[in-house]
Order: sequence, then structure tokens, then C-alpha cells
Amino acid sequence: MPQDRISRREFMQRTGKAAGFAAVAVGGAYFLHEPVRKPFAQKDDAPVSRDLRIAGMPDRMIMVHGGDPAVMTSAALSALGGMSAFVQPGETVVVKPNIGWDRRPEQAANTHPAVVAEVVRQCMDAGAKRVVVTDVSCNDPTRCFNRSGISAAAREAGADVQLPQEARFREVNMGGAMLGRQLVYDIYLEADRFINLPIAKHHGLTRATLGMKNLYGILGGSRSRLHQDIHNSVVDLAAFLRPTLIILDAYRVLLRNGPQGGSLADVEERGMLLASTDHTAIDACAGELFFDLTPDDMPWLGIAERAGLGTSDWRSIPLDEITV
Amino acid sequence: MSSSFQRYRRLRWLRRSSQTFFFLLFLYLLLQTNIDALDSPDAVPEISAPVELFLELDPLVAISTVITTHSLYRNLFLALIIIVGTLFLGRFFCGWMCPMGTINQMVAAVRSGRMQGKQRLEQNRWKPYQRWKYGVLAFMLGAALLGSTQIGLLDPIALLTRSMALILLPAYNVFTHDIYGWSLHADLGPLSILLTGLSWVTHALLIRAETVVFDQTFLILLIFVAILLANRFITRFWCRGICPLGALLGLLSKTSIYGLEKHASLCTDCNKCALNCQGGDNPQPGYTWHQTDCHLCMNCVASCPEAGIDFRFFPKREETTQKVSLTRRAVLSTAGAGMLAVPVLRAATHPGRTPDPTLVRPPGSLPEKEFLSRCIRCGECMNVCPNNALHPTLLQAGAEGIWSPMLMPRIGYCEPTCVLCSQVCPTGAIDELTEAEKAWVPEAGKAETAGPPLRIGTAFYDLGRCLPWAMAKECIVCEEWCPTTPKAIYFEEVEVQNRDGDYLYLKRPHVDPALCVGCGACTYACPVKGAPAIYITAVGETRNTQNRILLEQDRGTSGKRR
Repeated sequence: MPQDRISRREFMQRTGKAAGFAAVAVGGAYFLHEPVRKPFAQKDDAPVSRDLRIAGMPDRMIMVHGGDPAVMTSAALSALGGMSAFVQPGETVVVKPNIGWDRRPEQAANTHPAVVAEVVRQCMDAGAKRVVVTDVSCNDPTRCFNRSGISAAAREAGADVQLPQEARFREVNMGGAMLGRQLVYDIYLEADRFINLPIAKHHGLTRATLGMKNLYGILGGSRSRLHQDIHNSVVDLAAFLRPTLIILDAYRVLLRNGPQGGSLADVEERGMLLASTDHTAIDACAGELFFDLTPDDMPWLGIAERAGLGTSDWRSIPLDEITV
Repeated sequence: MSSSFQRYRRLRWLRRSSQTFFFLLFLYLLLQTNIDALDSPDAVPEISAPVELFLELDPLVAISTVITTHSLYRNLFLALIIIVGTLFLGRFFCGWMCPMGTINQMVAAVRSGRMQGKQRLEQNRWKPYQRWKYGVLAFMLGAALLGSTQIGLLDPIALLTRSMALILLPAYNVFTHDIYGWSLHADLGPLSILLTGLSWVTHALLIRAETVVFDQTFLILLIFVAILLANRFITRFWCRGICPLGALLGLLSKTSIYGLEKHASLCTDCNKCALNCQGGDNPQPGYTWHQTDCHLCMNCVASCPEAGIDFRFFPKREETTQKVSLTRRAVLSTAGAGMLAVPVLRAATHPGRTPDPTLVRPPGSLPEKEFLSRCIRCGECMNVCPNNALHPTLLQAGAEGIWSPMLMPRIGYCEPTCVLCSQVCPTGAIDELTEAEKAWVPEAGKAETAGPPLRIGTAFYDLGRCLPWAMAKECIVCEEWCPTTPKAIYFEEVEVQNRDGDYLYLKRPHVDPALCVGCGACTYACPVKGAPAIYITAVGETRNTQNRILLEQDRGTSGKRR
């Protein structure tokens, strides 16, 4: 029988289908409707900082003279009570040498690889679960990590050597005097311990780049703006991330054309190494010893002192002077 | 089923395996276009794989640069493998090796409704448009006679290398980085364990630590997409109608001793051979076979149920076999048009008289005229650059030099010790260099570089944007990054008054053009976003003795002996 009228069932099905899609459209529009543009979501999270010092440990300064960088490193750590005073079994340690430039060890633009390797080895011996060696290089990271000798030496000592991957930087609010939201390599937000391994070298703007300025290399993004107020910026970094230990390599010191150098004529062999838990004191000491700078020549020291990050009068803390 | 049928089906599988192998090899070499990790500070960074192999095998690259330069650069003699093979066997390269052909074949294999039955058969018959490619070839080689290498614009290997390296790989890179970043930072509550797994997988899929971008690649993308989409209308339209390498190999295949033999008496006119033909060369008995269009894909013989066609050595010369149907007049007039195009392009946009100041070429680049006689715009140099510093030009080098490499220091600077672009350049447009020849940084154990540096340009300040010059702010990041020793960027200490009336000491930077090599590290690092406060122009480049400011540079001294 030819039907000129549709069945009730078909009527229900077809109008139901249309009504269903219509309901989705209306509901979606209702849900998404934005009568006044919502303000752009400004992130307003609380400032983050990481204090990875050993609680209750009195600040000391170790000054090592001698020859071999690995032997000096080992001597400094022994004087401080061994790495087990700083690293507990099962901890993740991030070790940050200066691997900023595509330079060989003898050009003294990067931390000496033997210092890095010795620190890694001792962390592993102290039972660390993982020792990450990384830096945000200026030059091509592959070249910097290789040419500095650090990649090979640290890997052989058992480190997880990481060339920073773009996706791993996280924006955090440092809440500092100069530095607000900055992109930080995520390992610094996760690690249990942080060992800063700077090298003492010349710098055009600040005259010397020492411990605190080495923290520049935890940042990604447009970090070159930091030069506009470098002293407050590095103190903000040092307050954001307080290291467990600082070992400053002065086996070779770059005296001119820093922080990259390049010519061996600009390098002086000093055969020294400093270690301390006081970031301000170690910078004050290194600036005086290697660059003849007084605390007044290094304005970040005064700012750091006022911020409670240590003392610029490095002679006021106990000093062990060792010759190996 | 006849035994020949079985044999050809095996041969067809062999062809498919060969295509897969060469396509994967092509991708592998693209991905290997970077340096390996080194285990010693003194090891020289090297590229371990022969990454420019396909370009060196390409007879068109060899022939075109032989015409423009009267020499056969480095490994371009490898093209003899393809040339000799084609002289004996025909266009086996197109059907068995060419990665561009393989991509086209894969896209064409996705059948649309339009490409069924009769329509598919009809578009597979030989058509006069298949002669266009000889015109493209004649035009390009005509231009080559006047010293302009334009072949790379349409050479399939150069085109594919460029399209993959500058668009598809960067797109893949962005995609994997985005997912990796999301898997690291997202929070799915109890499902976060899945994110950890995803981050491991995507981490393994990353091909470099950072994403790269390339300027001016939209046109390259459009052309590539158009070539692929053409397969929806005509199977392998590019290979049949446009490809100048196909045209060249077609001409070479005239002497081939391997070919199709038709047995009309066995043919039942089932059309299966023509239906599956890749070259559009009429394998079917009763039609004229166009040998120069055959890719030797073996589809026709593998689909013939009656043994009506055979591939064999020294096939019987059939009157139905046509080699190539070109008239001398058409060839000569097209080549003449190609020659004519060169002065027209040069007169219209020739940068010779006033070179675009931003046209900073990679270190080792030949003088501009010789450079353009060799550069095939393959993009190998841009792909290998660790700093993403090299980008294709649009019109900075004139229309004649479109897609040739230029330094864009705002995106990346020329890495002082890196000479990789000079090593991968298949045609020698960039002279092969060592670190010592580039001489930007002293070698191991040396206080000075061995000779004068190979300059690519000079830096200049925009004092109205520079922080210490215009805004009474500390900066000199440029000085920090300057890689030469002593640094080309120096500063003076000045006492300046800020708007509050306070006096402060600032370090104001200057460039010493006698020491600047033009690497662009200063421009890259300059914190002044938007237009940088320090920029590079090509003036002072070693390759052009007339593009100089300083008189002393003409003496060829390094500037160190001032």
C-alpha cells in the first residue's frame, strides 16, 4: 500500500534526529557564549623558590692549591666531610657546570671536565639515584657539550648528560626584585640536590663571572635581558635556587675576552679550586683572588648579602686552605 | 597462469622493495644531516652518512652544473651510475629509485572515484602533454648555457630534498615537540601514568632538541602539494609531464637494449596493462609504445593474464615503438627561451649592482655569479645548519636566485667553528671548508688563527634602539657573544645622565669592522625584540672584493696586524 503519510515511528525518528542536532547546537552556543570577552588568563601563581642546602650545616670555605683538577676536587670534598654529607642515597642530583661555549678545556671558557667527572663519581658513590649534568649553552649545545670534554667525562663517570630539550622548560614565578616569570629547565624544579660548578673567568659587563652568574644557565627564553640589571638578576637567581654546594674551578682562569675567550694568550694557569656552601662568600673570594676585585667592584655581593644569601666578607667564615 | 606472469610478479615485488629501500634511504639521509656526538674535545665534528648522495646520483645536477661551470664537482661523477644504467636499461631510476616518483606513486595509488575503470584507463593513455617535460628540460638547460643554474627549481631530487627539509621535517618536529611538552606538563590525575608513557614514546621520536622554522617556505609548500594533488587527476602527472630529470632519462633511454615486446596475437584487449601503467606509455598491443615514457615498473607485464607482452633484452624492433617525438624547432626555440629568460631575470631583479644588504651567504660561498651558477636550491645547507641560521631567499638574490641560502641572524647565527654547510653542498656553491680555513676561532693549542678569517659580513649598530646608547641601560650582550679573539665588539665607558638627572656609568658598544666576521651572534643575542639594535649586512664579505668599506681589507690582512 503506497503511503502518502509517514508512520508515527518515522516521524519521531526524523524529527528527533533534527531536534537532537539542534539541541547540541543551541546547547553548545549557550555553553560557549561569551557576552563580554573574558579577561586574558594571567597566570598569578605564588612565587617558587628551591632551597637545596643541607639544613643546619655551618658555612665553610675550602681553598685548594695544587695540580690536578680531579685531585683538588676530591681533596675539597674530603675537607667538607665527603660527598655523603651533601648527597643521601636515592637522591637525584643536578650538577651544573658552565658548558656555555664551543671551547676546549684549555681555553678555560667552560668548567674543567675532570672537576665535573669527579663530582659525578662521588655523587654516585654516595648513593645518588641519578646525577644529571646539564647546562643551557649559548653556542650550539652539541658542540659545547662535546668540545668542553664534559659530555664524555661526565658520562663515563655515570652521569645522565642532558642537552636541554625545548619542551622541558617550565615557566615559573621567581618573585624576585628583577625576575618574575622565567623559563627554567625542569630538572632544577625536580632534583633533590643541586651542585653548582662554575669556572672563574672574565666578563665584559661584570668584570668576572663566578658562581652566581653561572645560574644564568638554568634559564631558557629571552634571558639576554638580564644584562639590563645583571646584579639584581643574578641575586634573584641565587635566591630562587640555593645550591647544596658550590665548587669553583680555577685550574685555568680566563683573564680577558671573557666569557668566551678563545685565545690561549688570555688564559692563566692558577691551579686552584674553591668550595663552599656560601654562594656570596665564594664569589667574593674568587673575585678577589683571581681578578683583584673588592666587594665594591662586584655590586651583586652587597645585594646578595642584604638578601640573606651569605656574606661578602669571606674571611669571616671558617677557611681550610689545602695544598695537594 | 603462465610462468612469465609469475616471473613478472616477482619482478614487480622486487621493484616495490627497491622503491621502499631507496625512499627509506632518502629519509634516513635527510635525518642524518647533522653531526654525531663526539667523545673527545679534539674530535672534528663530522657527518657520518653520505647525506647528499641522491643529489650526487642525479644526472641532471651533474649535467646542468657541467654546462654552467665546465667542471664536475666532487662526487657528482656518481651520476654516471644512473646515466650508464639508463643508456642500457631505460628509465629504471624513475620506477625503481626516485623517491619523488615513489611519493607520487603512493599518492596516485589512493584511488578516487574519478580514477576508476574507463576514466583511469583513458588518463593512462599516452597524451601530448607528456612532451612538456622536454620543454622544461630544454628551457632549464638553455638558461644553464648562460651560466644560470635554474634546474634545481624543478629537479625532483632537489625539489623533494627542499620540500622535506624545509617543511615536512620541521612540521614533524613541531608536532612531536608539542606532544612531548604536553605529556610532560599536563595533569590527568590518576591517568598521569599514561602521560609518562607518552613522554617516553615522543621523546624517542624527537629528531632534534629544538624546533626549527624556515622563512619563505609557503611557496615551496604550495608547489609540493600541487604536485601531489595532480595525481588525483592523472597518475604521476609530475613524472609524465613536468619532470626534467624524467625528460633527460627519457632521452638517454633511446639507446636502451631492454624493452617491451608485444604479441598482438595473444592479446585479448583486456586493458589490464594500460590500467596499471605508471608511465602512460601505452604498453598495450595495438597502441604505439612510448619507450621514453616507460618507468620499467613492470605493472603491465605483471598484470597481463595472457603473456601478450614481455620485457626482454634486445626486443624485436616493432614499428609500434616510438622513441621520442620532438621537433628540432621546438627544442631549439624552448632552449632559446631559457637563454633569453636569464638576461630578462637579471635585468628585472638583478642584485649585482646594488646587492641586497641583508643577503649574507654561508661561509665559503663563491662570488655571487659563480654561486648562482652552482646552487641548485636543494636546501641541504639549511637542513644541516645546527643553529637554523640559513633560510631560503625569496627575492633578496634576485628572481634568478630564489630559494638560495641566506643567513637570518635573528633566528640563528653562524656557529663559529661550524663548516657543515660547506661539506654537504653537493655542487660546490659553498666551497668545502675546514675549521682552520674558516679561521674564526684559534685551533687547538693555538693563541691565534692560522690566517685571516673568512668573513661573511659586518655588524652595525642601530643607535636609536641600542639600550646603552638610547635608553641609558646596561646591556652589552653583543660583546659577550662576539666570538672573535680579540672581540670585534668593544665598549667605551661613558658617564650618562638619565631622565631623572642621575649620572651613571655605562658601557657603550662599538664594532671594529676590521675584526668583525659577520657571524650574527650579536644580532641573535640582542635583547631588543622586534628589529635588533645590531644587525649584519654582507659588506666586508671575503668573496666579494668590491663589497668593502675599509680600505685595509683590500690588502687581505686579517686586521690583527693593525
